[in-house]
This record gives sequence, structure tokens and C-alpha cells, in this order.
Amino acid sequence: MKLAGMLLLLAGWVVVISAVVLLASPLSRGLFVFSGFGVEMLGLVLAFRKEAL
Amino acid sequence: MNPPAGLVPPTYFILIFLVPLAVAGLAIMNTGLGRTRSAAHFMLSSLSSVALAACVYVLWGFSWEGVSGQVAHIVFLGGRPWDWIATDPFLWHGLAFDNSRVTASAFLQVFTVGLAALIPLASGADRWRLTSSLISTALLAGWIYPLFAHWVWGGGWLSELGTNYGLGIGFVDAGGASTIHVVGGLSALSVVWILGPRFGKYSTEGVSAAIPGYNIVYVLLGCGLMLPGWIALNAAGSLLFVGTPAGQIALVAVNTFLCASAGCLAALATTGVRFSKPDASLCGNAWVGGLVTSSAIAPFVTPGVAILTGLVAGVIVVLSVEFLEMRLSIDYPGGAISSHGLAGIWGLLASGIFLHLPRLASTGFHPRGQFLAQVVGIATLLGFVLPMTFGLNWILNRFHVQRVDRQGDLLGMDLRELGGGAYPEFVVRSDEYTQR
Repeated sequence: MKLAGMLLLLAGWVVVISAVVLLASPLSRGLFVFSGFGVEMLGLVLAFRKEAL
Repeated sequence: MNPPAGLVPPTYFILIFLVPLAVAGLAIMNTGLGRTRSAAHFMLSSLSSVALAACVYVLWGFSWEGVSGQVAHIVFLGGRPWDWIATDPFLWHGLAFDNSRVTASAFLQVFTVGLAALIPLASGADRWRLTSSLISTALLAGWIYPLFAHWVWGGGWLSELGTNYGLGIGFVDAGGASTIHVVGGLSALSVVWILGPRFGKYSTEGVSAAIPGYNIVYVLLGCGLMLPGWIALNAAGSLLFVGTPAGQIALVAVNTFLCASAGCLAALATTGVRFSKPDASLCGNAWVGGLVTSSAIAPFVTPGVAILTGLVAGVIVVLSVEFLEMRLSIDYPGGAISSHGLAGIWGLLASGIFLHLPRLASTGFHPRGQFLAQVVGIATLLGFVLPMTFGLNWILNRFHVQRVDRQGDLLGMDLRELGGGAYPEFVVRSDEYTQR
């Protein structure tokens, strides 16, 4: 679960960076950056799940 | 956003001389939040971590960080330059040791890297072996901190988001909310994940037991001691890293104090409402949370906004400490993940929301995209720095177990690792005494 969380965190960051590099329109860039951020939040949830008793 | 190179007045160096007060204050505060049976071990760990961090940073850490405008490894993505890592000589051989901005930046960070090293130490208190904490500190000071600091302060890609992609003035962090505190807070989270909770903290049903700090006077004394050091840190950082005019240093100092004050008052009110009586240790943590938030926003906002952000930081610290400890079973005695990590992230977001630069307004500057630049920076901290920090500490744990053995859990770190306690004249609890 922790490994999956870490991989999701990395994947979210790649989405964020890709959005900054590839998209020019402020709206689409913003949407994809926040989508990547959302993926990171999912990764954090997964990483924390193992700890919650 | 990168300030111009050149010479700086000697007063900048006087500010830097005061920064160790923040380090000392944080060490004293975190010792007070721990237990008597590990107090000597914690203070020794703090001192040796600060010492090792400084040595490692000078030996090779600064080489990866570098300064804006010097030689670095650059890759081109989408036709635009992305500055990833510096290539300065090891052992500060590239420094002139004059009163240049480069020398002042390097000098300041010999202390700030030690401040970053103290943050995970507090979260691993009472169970983190001295040798393990030192190796982890070397990883933090020699690789993690310099790499991210290069991206923010050394002319790296985050600071160039404005120039390359029109995102405001790029990711900004004047006093180290991201480079020092969020990096330290995420390192603390990684260490806590690897070490697990203290013995006796959680029952088999997952119910959390209160292990209060042994000396609240130390906690609050540390808070007071931190203030001048933090004002100096924010002032020096603002002057060196974001080019704040020297005439605005009073604003930086006032905003720093206001943020901390508002954070403390917010915690006073929040804990008073939630627990019927104010909680001194949480108020201390919220004071630190306010200071951390100020590191992100101090040169960019008005005093009213500083109070507002400090109030929010105080509430975030109180609620997150409870949530992480009770709901997620995260045992971190010093409160670092909340007061450094989460408060730092809030400060970085707040600087994206409230950024106001009077000196740029006359040039037609509009901070459009600034919030997005800050979000990209935070996403980098969570999506790159956290996995890297966790991965490095996980690998370290495979070769050198980081947690003390069961005997250390029972005896305390002072007796297990040092052979003597911090207070040999006093026996507070029978299980803390062993015949020697």
C-alpha cells in the first residue's frame, strides 16, 4: 500500500510537470495541474491507509 | 524570480549571525516536548545533527545547490530550459569569501540546513538511534535539501516558472518555508513511517495514549528564543533570495511576529474550545506554525494578511495534530509534520493567493499564474521530495535498522545509547531507573 501510494505521488507529479510543459492555454494547464495534484492526494491517502489502525 | 548578483552590505551578515537562535530555540522546544528519559540523547542528537549537516553541506551539498546565474545542468523540455542541478566545485572552492551575495547565501544556509535537520529529529524522538539519525541527516543535508533549494533559490526550474511559462514571478519562498520546513516536515513523516510509534503510544485496539512533554517551560522558552532567530532568517532570506529592498525589512520583521502571535492565539482559542482549557504544548506548536507560515509570506503581504494567515496556520496545526495522532496513528512527539510541513504548505499557498509586491506594481506586473506556480512547487514537494526522502530512508533502514531495540524502548534512549540520563539526581518513574 505504501509503495502504491509513493508511485501515485510520483505519477501525480509527472502529470503536473507534463501539464506545465505541454499545455499553453492557462485553463487547460490549470485543470491538468490540479488533476495531477488530485492524483497526489490519492497517493497520500493510500500511503496513510496502512498506518490507520 | 532571482535577485541580481553583486555585493551586499555587512548588515546582512549580522542578520545571519542571529539565525542560530532559531536552531537553538527549536532544539530546546523539542526536548521539552519529549520525555526525561531521552532528553540528553535528544540534545546530543540535535547538536551532532546540526554539526554534521553543516559539514556535509560545505563538503558537497552546496555543490548541487549553487547560486543563480552560475553553471548548472540544463535540459530542454518543450524548447525551454529546465535547470535541474548545479555543478559548483566541492568544499566551497568556488566561493570568494567576500561580501558578495553568493557568499552570504552560502553562509546563511550552513545554519538553515541544520534547522532542516532538526525537524525530523523531533518526530523520531524516543526511538531513533543516534547513528541512524546522523546518516539520515547526511542524506538530507547532502542531497535532498540542496537539490530542492537549487530549484527554488539557486536559479532552478521552479524559480524560472515565471520567465519560462508566465506563471507569475515563478515559485517564491523568501524564508525557507519550502526548502527548510516542508522538506524537513516530509522527512519527519518518512522517518515516522519507518520507525513506527513509540512503545506504549497505541493500544492493540489503536487507542492513543497521551505522552505529554516533560517540560512545558522549555517548550515556551524555545518559542521565545526562536523569534529573533526567525526574524533574522526571514529578513536575510528576503534580502538574498527574493531581492526585497532593505527598506522593507521592518515589514518582514513585523509580519513574522504577527504570524507567530496570531498562530498562538488561534491555538489558544481552538484548544480552549475543544478541550475546555488551553493546551500549552499545542500553543507552542502553533507559534512555530505561524513562524513557518511567515517564512513564505513575510515580504509579500500586509500586516493584516499576516495576521489572517497566522490565525489559519494556528487552527491547521491544532486540528492536524489531533487528526494525525488519533485517526491516522502517526506518533510524532515534536509536532513537526503539522507545524513545519502543513503550516509551510499553507504559507506557500497563501503567498500565491495574497502576493502583493508594491515595487513591481509600478512596472505593470500582475501576479497572474502565481497561485499555479505555488501549486506546482507544492506538488513537487509531495510528488517528488516525499517519495525520494521515504525511499532513501527506507533503503537506509534495510542496511542499518533505524529504530532502537526493545531494551531501548523500555529503558529510554539516555540509558540505552548514552549509558546515563539527563537528570541523574531525579527518579521520576521507577521504570526509568536502572542500577548502574
